[in-house]
This record gives sequence, structure tokens and C-alpha cells, in this order.
Amino acid sequence: MRTLMKGNEAIGEAAVRAGCRCFFGYPITPQNEIPEYLSGRLPEAGGVFLQAESEIAAINMVFGAAGAGARVMTSSSGPGISLKQEGISFLAGAELPCVIVNIMRGGPGLGSIQPGQADYFQATRGGGHGDYRTIVLAPCSVQEMVDFTYWAFELADRYRSPVLVLADGVLGQLMEPVTLPPELKPDNGNKPWATTGCRGRKRNVIKSLYLNPEELEAHNKKLQEKFGLMQREVNRAEKYRVEDAETVLVAFGISARISMAAVEAVREEGIKAGLLRPITLWPFPEGILQSSLPKAKKVLVVEMSAGQMVEDVKLTVSGKLPVYFYGRTGGLLPSAEEIQTQIKLLEVKVSERSLCQA
Amino acid sequence: MQHEVLVAGFGGQGVLLTGQLLAYGGLLENKEVTWFPSYGPEMRGGTANCIVIVSGKRIASPVVERPGAALVFNQPSLLKFEAKVKPGGLLLVNSALATQLPERKDLYTYLVPANEVAQSLGQILVANMVMLGAYLELTGAVTFSSVLKALEKTLSEQRRHLLSVNREAMEQGAQLVSQQARKYHTR
Amino acid sequence: MNAVFARPRAMTEQKTHYCPGCTHGIIHRMVAEVIDELGIREDTVGVAPVGCAVFLYNYLDIDMQESAHGRAPAVATGIKRVLPDRIVFTYQGDGDLASIGTAEIIHAAARGENITTVFVNNAIYGMTGGQMAPTTLPGQFTSTSKAGRNTQSAGFPIRVSEMLATLEGATYISRVSVHNPAHVIRAKKALLKAFTVQKQGLGFSMVEVLSTCPTNWGLKPTEALAWLEEKMIPYYPLDEVKNRLEV
Repeated sequence: MRTLMKGNEAIGEAAVRAGCRCFFGYPITPQNEIPEYLSGRLPEAGGVFLQAESEIAAINMVFGAAGAGARVMTSSSGPGISLKQEGISFLAGAELPCVIVNIMRGGPGLGSIQPGQADYFQATRGGGHGDYRTIVLAPCSVQEMVDFTYWAFELADRYRSPVLVLADGVLGQLMEPVTLPPELKPDNGNKPWATTGCRGRKRNVIKSLYLNPEELEAHNKKLQEKFGLMQREVNRAEKYRVEDAETVLVAFGISARISMAAVEAVREEGIKAGLLRPITLWPFPEGILQSSLPKAKKVLVVEMSAGQMVEDVKLTVSGKLPVYFYGRTGGLLPSAEEIQTQIKLLEVKVSERSLCQA
Repeated sequence: MQHEVLVAGFGGQGVLLTGQLLAYGGLLENKEVTWFPSYGPEMRGGTANCIVIVSGKRIASPVVERPGAALVFNQPSLLKFEAKVKPGGLLLVNSALATQLPERKDLYTYLVPANEVAQSLGQILVANMVMLGAYLELTGAVTFSSVLKALEKTLSEQRRHLLSVNREAMEQGAQLVSQQARKYHTR
Repeated sequence: MNAVFARPRAMTEQKTHYCPGCTHGIIHRMVAEVIDELGIREDTVGVAPVGCAVFLYNYLDIDMQESAHGRAPAVATGIKRVLPDRIVFTYQGDGDLASIGTAEIIHAAARGENITTVFVNNAIYGMTGGQMAPTTLPGQFTSTSKAGRNTQSAGFPIRVSEMLATLEGATYISRVSVHNPAHVIRAKKALLKAFTVQKQGLGFSMVEVLSTCPTNWGLKPTEALAWLEEKMIPYYPLDEVKNRLEV
């Protein structure tokens, strides 16, 4: 049965249904509906909701709870996610599973509370100190907010790793029909490594400090092997009308929805455009993008940033096709009309060089 | 057919709720719907608006620059959003609060004295439903009964008795625009 | 023959890395003894700080987590909220607790978080090489206050116990010292009370233990014990600062 839900609240409900009984967070717009929803829902489900004194405290509470074996989540937006980076590095280093939601807003600094996508680098490059990556899932609808939050818990437990859900202010505030997944039991899974008191077994220690260089290198090697496994196993993207497309747009999240409207509009005018929408931003779905370009003559990346994902697209396309970029910043959305104009400008071959080639 | 409508007014006029009822009504008819509110520092006591899309197929973007229709509940919203409506689109103005006339000649414009109608029904809070009734009469985006079903779900037990005055408000809104029939845009 | 002295069950056999004359070892042992006496070794989760005591998990034979600098009370909160029937404690130095982690300790106490904190105050940053701490005494020489702590530019040392005692959520707060055997015995009693407060579910408890750092103070171990007694105790009076429920 479909029900109408706001993106942020849908994330909260999906977390509960994924068996999460633990949330630590701190207020920041435009994600406040997540903690607000869970502050009622979690205690009702016998879980823990705690409003922490800061983002830093919140992510460290997540650390403690994850180490104690719980399915646990936190959420925030740009400035708060920056504060959490130390903790995310520690979580990655100590190999603790958790879900972190970033409802992106305009930056840098305090920026704005309007939507943005400029935390792409932060999310896909690890974000904190040291060599690590986290899986990053980018929903583009309220249904996907639900599905990917649910999925994020599964991935986090499978790889013993923090998993990021990267959405933006539009998706957080948007209401759409959703079908909710079945409610899993609040099963924290089989986690023999968790620190729960060493009853009947040898003690467990959760740590990320290895003062012996050889030991730390071995630990890093093990982490890199895990990240390699994620790259092989977790790749997802949506193809939209790319089979015969001469111009292939690449966009994620809300930018992809708007780009899809632009593709539909120019198709009406006979322009062969298509869209590739990365769903896993890290691992970046390189193979799926490469297979989306059979007739492509050029690629246009659309983002709500000054150009971040475009770097991954260029690495993937590897000089075989020209890659162009169109972006808006400041909390502004690219309009479908603006994107149509960009597509049409690319049709005029002579002017290609004069466009801002990314 | 994709219906896109912007609903705008003061906070407290039921702007966001109007949009939600429309979206909810669409959901009950198994249509695809989106509801997207403006959000910002003005969320307390200032202006409010939302964009609702009701469609028979997957909705690409929930954010539309130029909606096919706008329901403006007050003068500031008229000034701000008249220019946004798609040429040939629909503009419904709560003429009880928006005292100036719309300027554009390329829209189907209807003046609906929603507050006055609501007052005559003894329930000023249903002015938004007068506007919604007018919009639905002109577009058929969803049926009255779907909206009322949606409203019923949002009303608490003690407030269920308000259903009938809401229905009456929608019907009067509908009646007002069916009498006017597209004449104002030529004025 | 009766054994009169043995390694507590809650301690591992590993030799500690601490400098000669450092009192961390004594405090570790007291914590282990309290865990043994309360019979909670298999129900306890400890949280290690960043600082000299980061390797606490090498010495205590219990489940442990290593936390980011200053965040131990937040980590302990996460553990305790998931496992409310376990005993959860943090072990933190003065740089960790009274400087970078002030927000975390204040709010854990304010929430009445049912955890125990062992706060080891030696008035200096030990692991990083003797820099000025928030607890460094006025005029005290450190590697970042080479002319002695100047209160005009570096402000005054924080009396954490008294500060936390003002919070409703704090149930038991005590300041003790380990500079001689009589005080070690008193310190142990305070630790036992603090863990008992938690065991009975009565709220936040903390024991501040005045401790030495002969290496970074530039003193011999015996001189350091005297310095603690003569210089630190006057500024940090030993007292049961708060015992809200008269445990």
C-alpha cells in the first residue's frame, strides 16, 4: 500500500523498519524532520533516541553504539557532517557499521539552508583523515530515500563500514507516495566482535590505533581489500533512454530528476539525449557509465555544485568523448529549461569549443 | 496529463495543507504525485508556498520553474508568482485579499473571493478549500471526493464534523468559477 | 599458605608502558580490583581515552573501546544506551576530559548518564611531551609555558569536579589522590562508590584522581609525589565533592 510521506520522515521510518533502534543527532536544517520523527517513533518501538550536545558527540555516540553491536544511525547536513568527519574516520578505521544521512545544503561555511550537492567530494573521498572510503548512496525520490536507507543498513553490516545516504534539501522536504518495506526485527545481527561484556569469551577490543608501522600497514591493506570488494560488488545506476542517445547527461539525486525532465523535453524536439543516473556515488558505477555511451558523442554532467562528480565522469570516459559541465550553486536548482538550453548549445557543433568544456 | 500547480499565501492560510490534500487525493486515485514546499527562514508566520504535481505517469522533476497553474491566496503572492505561471496557464486569485488585478493577458485568470465565501459559511478557515474547489472544477486534477477522503483522514475524531463545511466551501468555489468562464483574462 | 597479594583477575599479564613513578599503574590496578570486587568483569565495557592511558585496553582484561580524543563520554553514552544492564566507564586524562572533551563530559553529567568516569589529573599533557594542560597550575613550567603558566594570557586551571558538581545529573563526584598509601586506600573506596552508584542505576559518577607525571614535570618520582601533595592539593582540594544520594 502506498502512503504519502516527506523524504526526511521516510528515512526515519525506513531506519526503524531496517531494525535500527538507535539514533543520535543534533538539529540542523534541512534535515530536522528525521530526528523529530524518530524522537517519537524510536521510543515507541523500544529504541533509543538521543539529541546530543553536538554533531561531534552524536557521531561518537554512534561509535559507541555500533561497537556495542547496535544498528545505529545519525543524520545531519553539510556543516554538521563536516563536524562528524573525525568520527567517521574512526568508524572506518575501527570497522564499525552505521548509517549516516547527509541532507545537503548550500556551502561552503554556513552557506545556506537551500539544497545543494557540493558535499560530493567530502562523501566520496572519505571525508576525514586517512585512507578510507565509505559507500555512498544517492536517492532521487522519496521511495529511494526509503529503499536506500534500508539497503544502507544491510551494506553497513555486510562490510562492517559506515554507509552514507547522500540526499539534499529538496528530497528531504519533498512528499511523494512510498511503499514501505517489511519491518525487520530489531536484530543487531551476529557480531562476535562487539563489545558487550566478555561473558564466556575472550575480551573484545575496538580500536584504530596501531603504533607499529608494519601492523598499521597490514591493517590498511586489509581495509583496502575491503574497499576493493565493495567496488566489485556495489555498483548501481539508472539508465534512461541512453541506447540511441548522442548526448548523455550524467546527474544524481534531484539534479537527475530535473535532467530527466530536460531529456524528455528535448526528445520531443527530436534531439537524441539520454541520462545516466549514478546511484552508488562511491563506488562510482564506472562500468555502467561506460556501457551507457554506445552512440554518445558527448557527455553533459549536471550538478548543484561547481563541478565535482564531473571529475569521476572524466576519469571514466577517459578522454574518449568530450565531457561538459553545467552546474548551479548557492542553493539554487538548475531548471529543466536551462539544461535544455545547454543540450541544444552542444548540438551546435561549432560552438562546442566556446562552451565551458569541463 | 500532468497537473502542476503552485499554491502560495501567508503562513496560516492553509497553503501547505491545500497542496497536501491535492497530493493525497491524487494518491488515493493511484496517480503519481509530488508535493514540494518552499522552506526557509520565513517558515514561521511569513509567506508559504508549495508546488504540487499530479500525473498519470512517473514524474520526472518535482521542481517546476513555470507551473501550469497557480493558486494565490494574497497580494504578495500575486506579485511574486504571477510572472511564474506558464503562458496559457491558469491563475486563481483570492480576490478578498489580493486587491490588485493580475496584469498578464496570456493567462486564464479567475478572481475568487475565497475569504468572503468562507465567512458566509461561518468558518473562515475553509477559504483555502474554496480556492481548491475552484481549481479542481477547472482542471479535474483529482475528484472532490478524493480530496474529502484525504481530508477525513487528516481530521481528528472531534473535528470530523468540519467535513461538511469543507465540502460546501469547495462546491461554492467551483460554482464561482464555472459562472465566470475565462472572462477575466481579457479585462 | 595464603596469598596476600595477587594480580587482579581483571588485569592482563602485560607489563605497562608507563614511565617510572607514574601513578597510572596504581589507578589501573584499583579499577581492576573494584571490577573484581563487584564481580562485573564480564559485564563491563571500558572506554579508553587519547593520551598516555590509550593502551588501557592492553592492561585490563575486559571488553574495551578506544575513543577519539575527548569523546569517551559520548562513546560510553552510545554503549550504555544500547546495553543499559552493563557497567560502562571511561578513563580519561586532564587534556582529554578538561580541554578537548569538555562538552562531552559536561553533557554526559548533565544527562545523568549512568556511567562512571575515572578522571586522572596530572596537570600536564603527558603523551605529547609535557605541554600546558587546562589543569596546569599557575606558574607551572611546561613545554608550552616555558616561563611558567601566565594566568593573564593562559587563564586559570579548571576545577572540573566542582564544576560538574553543580549539575543536577551528577550523582557522585569525588576528588582523591594517590601520593601515599593512605590516600590510595581512600581513592579505592571512592572508585568503589562510583561504580556502585552506576550498578544501582543512580546516575553519573566520577572520581578525579590527582596523579603524577615525573617525566614531564622534570622531577624524580619521590619529588613528584611531594610536589603533588604540596602544590596540587592546595589548588585541587581532596573531598567528596558531591554525594547526592549519600551512597
